[in-house]
Amino acid sequence: MQSGEMSLSRRLRSGDPIAHTLTGMAASTILAITALLAYHLWVGSAEARETFGWGFITASTWDPVKEVFGALPFIYGTLATSFLALFIAVPVGLGAAIFLAELAPRGASDALTFMIELLAAVPSVVYGLLGLFLMVPFLQSTVVPALVAVLGFLPLFQGRFNGVSVFSAGIVLALMIVPFIVSVSREVLLAVPQDQREAALALGATRWETTWKVVVPYAMRGIFGSVFLALARALGETMAVTMVIGNKPQISSSILEPGYSIAAVIANEFAEAGGMHQQAIIELGLVLFVLTVLINGVARLFILSMKGGAK
Amino acid sequence: MNLSFRRKAVNAVMLTLTGVCTVLVAGSLLVILGYLAWNGLASLNVEFFTKLPTPPGEMGGGMANAILGSAKVLLVAMLIGVPIGFMAAVYLAEFGSGSFSGVVRYATDLLNGVPSIVIGIFAYAIIVLPMRHPSTFAGGVALGIMMIPIALRTTEEFLRAVPVSLREGAMALGASRSRTIFTVVIPAAKSGILSGLMLNLARVAGETAPLLFTTLGNPFWSVGWMQPTATLPQMIFTYAISPYDDWRRQAWAAGFVLLVLVLTVNAAARFTIGRTSARGRS
Repeated sequence: MQSGEMSLSRRLRSGDPIAHTLTGMAASTILAITALLAYHLWVGSAEARETFGWGFITASTWDPVKEVFGALPFIYGTLATSFLALFIAVPVGLGAAIFLAELAPRGASDALTFMIELLAAVPSVVYGLLGLFLMVPFLQSTVVPALVAVLGFLPLFQGRFNGVSVFSAGIVLALMIVPFIVSVSREVLLAVPQDQREAALALGATRWETTWKVVVPYAMRGIFGSVFLALARALGETMAVTMVIGNKPQISSSILEPGYSIAAVIANEFAEAGGMHQQAIIELGLVLFVLTVLINGVARLFILSMKGGAK
Repeated sequence: MNLSFRRKAVNAVMLTLTGVCTVLVAGSLLVILGYLAWNGLASLNVEFFTKLPTPPGEMGGGMANAILGSAKVLLVAMLIGVPIGFMAAVYLAEFGSGSFSGVVRYATDLLNGVPSIVIGIFAYAIIVLPMRHPSTFAGGVALGIMMIPIALRTTEEFLRAVPVSLREGAMALGASRSRTIFTVVIPAAKSGILSGLMLNLARVAGETAPLLFTTLGNPFWSVGWMQPTATLPQMIFTYAISPYDDWRRQAWAAGFVLLVLVLTVNAAARFTIGRTSARGRS
């Protein structure tokens, strides 16, 4: 009896240790890749970090010939374009999410969401192509003259507009991140319990007051999560930005001037770089890596706290 | 009845504005598709699919080598990314518990958030530097690493969606745990996992940034797996920013072909996933 049981249990576990080990090894590979990635960025930029120290991120001269490297213009370009994109994409995305979650009939909402999620699948280089040949001429002929006429007194909108600029990059980025904001925000809005809405309506609130003062605050943490996810995307976005930002390492108070982003300078210069230049670019990669890890971490915290709160 | 006019007006205006936002966002897809189709179709011809690129300034030519190059890079990427992601997902869904799984999940999320250009630097450091030149293989490694987190996520999700009763049934019949997983659970989740793979491929197919210095580009046919190669997204970039009209024309054609491929695969996969999960719910 005893031995029979043993063989049965052995039969029931046949192959299990092998499957366990093999799949466990695959899981460990992911750990190894992630660790190796961080290691290579750290080691690959060792000399640059030693030579420039923290001055790397506060200096604004980038001169590969004299081997002087300061990343401030790129950090500025990355942050300026990303926040400009958020400034446009958050209100529009949240508005669309509210419409899709609260007003549109379910079928129409699903169909429209499907379309908006397809927008997220459009490759970055295609956004760049359209940005360069469709959007930039349109901005130049119509949008910017109107903006300058109304807001031209602000330092933000001064200077000469040549088409490629921080402004153009921000708008393309806004279009690229808006699908994330819509799709995640819609999900969290749909997850708000129905009785919250009914209670507000029963108290005499209008549809908008119910949405804005009850439903949106309830879903706020999830919405913040979606905004941070979108921000992380925008920071690392390369091709579309490279094609419309103008690729000029300068910090200007006007968003109509060209700029340069971290990802764009990596894309443009890494292939031909050697020695200290290459080290400096890898350090830029490290800066970008740390930035996105931090922002993604914040997004995760918001979304996790949302799940915890729902329980 | 006492609802003031102002509150009613705010209600109407704000609700209309949300509708306008939706039209703005959804409408941009139509503008993108329309404009790209308009320019792309006008520039597309048979030569695009059959000829090699011509030197700058010369008319004609196509991107046959880039189309094949993209296919080869994607094949390598799939062979690297999918097995690792898939096996790790089986581990997390079926064997994993405790802190090791938590760490793996965290690393996966982290990897998923790494900008593609940084993945490109990494692939350059581990493949291109030791081999001394860019190659199809290096590009495949870069895209393969990008595929891992999504492969893991979708596979795990669909494995977890398989009802426990199926597993219990198999184990009650005397099958071992691993046998249950590989002959019952995975086949049950098959269509979802395959759709996830299609979505994943569609996503990396348009990636350009990590290929810039891993495959580099090549105006000729790329022989084997260890030579620099042209790829469709990289050609779009190079041709779009070039000063030659005929190259820009071809960039439109390439953009159109790439977008149609990516959106078709994406829509088909989403449609399948929608149907499977709808069937699962009923």
